[in-house]
Amino acid sequence: MTDNSQVQAPTTPDHDDVLERAAQWRAEGRDVAIATVVSTWGSSPRPVGSQLAVDGDSNMIGSVSGGCIEGAVIHEAKEIMADGKPRMLEFGVADEMAWEVGLACGGRIEVYVERLD
Amino acid sequence: MKQDILNALLAARAAKRPVATVTHLDSGAQALVFRDGDSDGDTSGEIGELTLDDAAMASARRAIADDKSTRIDSDGGPLFIQVSNPPKRMIIVGAVHIAQPLVEIAKTAGYALTIVDPRGAFATRDRFPVVELSEDWPDDALKALNIDTRTAVVTLTHDPKLDDPALHVALRSEAFYIGSLGSKKTHAGRVERLTADGYSEAEIARIHAPIGLYIGGKSPAEIAISIMAQVTEVLHKV
Repeated sequence: MTDNSQVQAPTTPDHDDVLERAAQWRAEGRDVAIATVVSTWGSSPRPVGSQLAVDGDSNMIGSVSGGCIEGAVIHEAKEIMADGKPRMLEFGVADEMAWEVGLACGGRIEVYVERLD
Repeated sequence: MKQDILNALLAARAAKRPVATVTHLDSGAQALVFRDGDSDGDTSGEIGELTLDDAAMASARRAIADDKSTRIDSDGGPLFIQVSNPPKRMIIVGAVHIAQPLVEIAKTAGYALTIVDPRGAFATRDRFPVVELSEDWPDDALKALNIDTRTAVVTLTHDPKLDDPALHVALRSEAFYIGSLGSKKTHAGRVERLTADGYSEAEIARIHAPIGLYIGGKSPAEIAISIMAQVTEVLHKV
């Protein structure tokens, strides 16, 4: 009898995977940036210390929000991968009329983005 | 982030050593601070290009103890302290059916799991492929596991011969959560036995029983969800 269902061993939780995956990507010679939530005000989807790793092809693992600002972080990360200068990004309440990137929940967060050298 | 810092950080995590990555937010310079000094016995416990003063080192160690990443303003400028503690642990006594979905859910929530069951037929690799298994008697097993404030203890056997010795150890430990499967009637009997064994009302009140948040769960997976929900609730002191 063939069992088509994929039986997978439980994996390490996400928050442990992020840096390991980042190291693995770097070892493969890819450009890698790491984003970390360093401050939050009001309601924010992910707590201080949450991390996201992204490579030069926009592959990502982990998160710094509920998905509201990841796109903008990846965009900035590309520049940081290029010039190597870490940057602090700040995101506040989304202004829907202006199509700005922001947090729907009304919070404000600071995200530190650095290149993995 | 320099690759040597990342590698040292990953090595510390693999070795389950509490560590903090400290980043100078203006310069980007970084250092790792170990809670207990570094591996060479150097009490400064710091590696990396960023030099920290005593106050900053103390803040980093406090953040590790509080298990809370934080941003601080030091004399040398703004610092971010990223804490990396070993995973929280859940010790499950009783390799019963409910333990199988509970292992999956707790792993997803970030816990390291140990299953204790001296009955050979239950705690098998086949039923629990990837968790730590102990076939020692529960009191010996729990003593050896050095329960700390980041540990949850869940007893699932219904059998006083197995649950009670585990509770004897758990009730005198710093475990942040203790829960026992069984009906109100089962628990009343448990309270009676523990009282006779000299445990105080306050100590016995630490046991969450009947275990789990009341969500009407019937199947093993549903009961596992209610247990995990309660462990989470207690962890965050809601």
